[in-house]
Amino acid sequence: MSKLHPIVSTLLKRIGLGIISLFFVTLIIFSSVNLLPGDFVESVLGQTRTEESVKIFRKELGLDKPYHVRYVNWLTSAIQGDLGSTFSGRNATYANQPQQSTARSVSSLLKPRLFNTFFLAAMTAIIAIPLSLLLGITAALYRNSIYDRTVNASALTTISMPEFFVAYILIIYLASINQFFPSLSNVTSSTPFFERIYLSVLPALTLTLVTVAHMMRMTRASIINLLSSPYIEMARLKGISKTQVIIKHALPNAWAPIANIIAFNLAYLIVGVVVVEVVFVYPGVGQLMVDSVIKRDIPVVQGCALVFAVTYILLNLIADVISIITNPRLLYPK
Amino acid sequence: MKSSKQKKDLLLDIQNISIEGFSDEIWHPIIKGVNLQLYRGEVLGLIGESGAGKSTLGLAAMGFVRTGCRFTSGSINFNGKDLTKLSDKKKQQLWGTKLSYVAQSAAAAFNPAHRLINQTIESSLSHKLNIKETLQKEAVQLYKEMQLPNPDEIGERYPHQVSGGQLQRTMTAMAMSSKPDLIIFDEPTTALDVTTQVNVLATIRSIVKEHQTAAIYITHDLAVVAQMADRIQVLRYGNTVEVAKTSQMLKSPKEEYTKSLWAVRSIKKKEQKSKEIILSIENVSASYGSGPKVLQDININVPTGRTVAIVGESGSGKSTTARSITGLLPPTQGKIIFQNRILPMKLSDRTKEDLRKIQMIYQSPDTSMNPRHTVREIIGRPLSFYHGINKEKNTDKVLELLNMIELDDSFVDRLPEELSGGQKQRICIARALAAEPELIICDEVTSALDQIVQEGILKLLLKLQHELKISYIFITHDIATVKAIADEVVVMHQGLVVEQGSKKEIFSPPHPEYTKLLLSSVPEMDPNWLNKVLEN
Repeated sequence: MSKLHPIVSTLLKRIGLGIISLFFVTLIIFSSVNLLPGDFVESVLGQTRTEESVKIFRKELGLDKPYHVRYVNWLTSAIQGDLGSTFSGRNATYANQPQQSTARSVSSLLKPRLFNTFFLAAMTAIIAIPLSLLLGITAALYRNSIYDRTVNASALTTISMPEFFVAYILIIYLASINQFFPSLSNVTSSTPFFERIYLSVLPALTLTLVTVAHMMRMTRASIINLLSSPYIEMARLKGISKTQVIIKHALPNAWAPIANIIAFNLAYLIVGVVVVEVVFVYPGVGQLMVDSVIKRDIPVVQGCALVFAVTYILLNLIADVISIITNPRLLYPK
Repeated sequence: MKSSKQKKDLLLDIQNISIEGFSDEIWHPIIKGVNLQLYRGEVLGLIGESGAGKSTLGLAAMGFVRTGCRFTSGSINFNGKDLTKLSDKKKQQLWGTKLSYVAQSAAAAFNPAHRLINQTIESSLSHKLNIKETLQKEAVQLYKEMQLPNPDEIGERYPHQVSGGQLQRTMTAMAMSSKPDLIIFDEPTTALDVTTQVNVLATIRSIVKEHQTAAIYITHDLAVVAQMADRIQVLRYGNTVEVAKTSQMLKSPKEEYTKSLWAVRSIKKKEQKSKEIILSIENVSASYGSGPKVLQDININVPTGRTVAIVGESGSGKSTTARSITGLLPPTQGKIIFQNRILPMKLSDRTKEDLRKIQMIYQSPDTSMNPRHTVREIIGRPLSFYHGINKEKNTDKVLELLNMIELDDSFVDRLPEELSGGQKQRICIARALAAEPELIICDEVTSALDQIVQEGILKLLLKLQHELKISYIFITHDIATVKAIADEVVVMHQGLVVEQGSKKEIFSPPHPEYTKLLLSSVPEMDPNWLNKVLEN
């Protein structure tokens, strides 16, 4: 039996674990979504509903089947890439004529929103990650200096403020008093690329401000943590300059925790930015999910939650891979 | 004429240097006005116990102080420049070119993220002493001189891929790479096994001689320094105790303190026999998880009321044997017979009485005591667990135990951090005694302690054995300790018992191959010892 390289075997293990956790996540999503109070059918049909119409509508949506059957149906089609059809895409007046229903598929609803969310996340990441690494490394290099304190204090300030507040302050200064950027980021699928960037500047800036603090402080802490290592003292006694000591000797050993915190923040940028989306009227997945919860549109809520879960698991997997490939002890076993 | 020549050859002249360290909100003196002279091509041995300030002084010779330390007075003249007055930039130009450093633990001093060859030539490359290709060739040449295996390829490896002895030699090659005038060796062989140490010592000595490099060799082991140094300087509490030529220092040390540095070597327990066997290990094998066998079919007998020393190098299975006896690592095969009864393998299957009768004392008292418990709680715990003596009533018993380990009543409410290393180890002994055991397993209990403190602990253990008739299994890698305390000796190597016998049998020839190597590797005070070993 040929032996797998430890990276491959670790990766396979992680992917396996990811699939298992994804399975449990689907269980949690399904049961919690179905525990939501209220009923789609009754709220849509409103006061005019009759027992008969409720029954027919239920049957058409598949809500008449028991929970476990619905779960298995949803799961099997989700595995095949079909997230089902929305409830609210249909017109309630068709409820009595099921044959003519024009339900939209969840995927078609989700796709453009998802693209918007990824676009904003990528734009933020491109600014925030290099910025926080740079700030973290320089803060570690000049630790306890005025520079370090200033960077730390301002990072802490931005992280302590609620994100909508940061957003409104940016709007006041960059959209209202000085009209540099628009305060509304209502992009559509036909918006040209550069205009899209221009429209997304303020939400991206807001998200940068709220995520930089985390990543920068973790970078700084991971590096400083290593500075008391004997090999750092050795490097200094070899006459290596302080900057080189940090970049060549401390940073390569600090990637694992830094990659983890970056993955964590990227996940946040995709799954947790609904407040910022609402402030800037940015059509992302967060808004879609909140709207669907209000409308009790179960398939859409489930679809969004599933996408979020996959994002989390994938990003953490990538962080794990980075931890392995930056550690020669794991990459080149004895 | 002679004096002017000497002046010319003087490489390093430290005058009246004082260094302070900052802790607990105040500055404490570490080095208190020490002088040190070193001539070109000379090796000076710097010796003393932990806290003597020898590492601080060694680093000061490079003009370096650790974070939280500072020079307060004096001068360090290296090649006519006062290092205490140079800027960081100027010192950086000297470090890694004219001045090199070899650290104690090579495993920790090499950056785990870079290949050895890149670390070896890093300083020469960053100071632009030569182009990369030439430096790499020179490094391979140095690897050859250091007798590293596969010198052409070993540089491509990462630190974790080579052994500790090889790393230490690579680090010496790294220090030599820039052809420095002075190398500071800071306990370079302390972390190595004795059989590995011999080779490292020999290669360091020959390369230093070959290149006419001056060196300061820091160690706590007088026998090691005797092999390496032309002169020896003894430090204690940041002061110089005495300085003399090596041969003179060994023949007739002037100060009482210098004589005490080989205190343990003066204890000689008279060997006693016992017919009764308290513990016998029969054909025991053990492994961690599904890994390879760490113990292979071992047999050991422990006579009642006597001391069996298990001696061997790291990885020989000494500590695993202890873990198997205590049930922490259940053996996969074999029997452990204690007081004529087969002990259950697993810890969880043993009765409280089984547990009580076998106690353990560990190497590091710092990590084996809860730092938030007072001495009363530490010793009181086994009293309540095994004997049901509750907290209110245990004071008399705790004081009695403190008395047995020669500490007075005032220690009862102290925390571990308020104790010295030796006192901590005594508390650990008292904790083991509190259970009133029949057998105590001592795992390297003196290895982390200074010579004089070691002597005290060993004498205490001997006294307790005499009074209480306890049996000891004494695990150590130090032959001097074995000679001091053992009745019987077990030599272990790679999970096998090489031999077991009375102390006299083991230490007198004929020896099995490995015992011979082990015994011949233990440094002796004779400055010619290394030459003799190498000749054989």
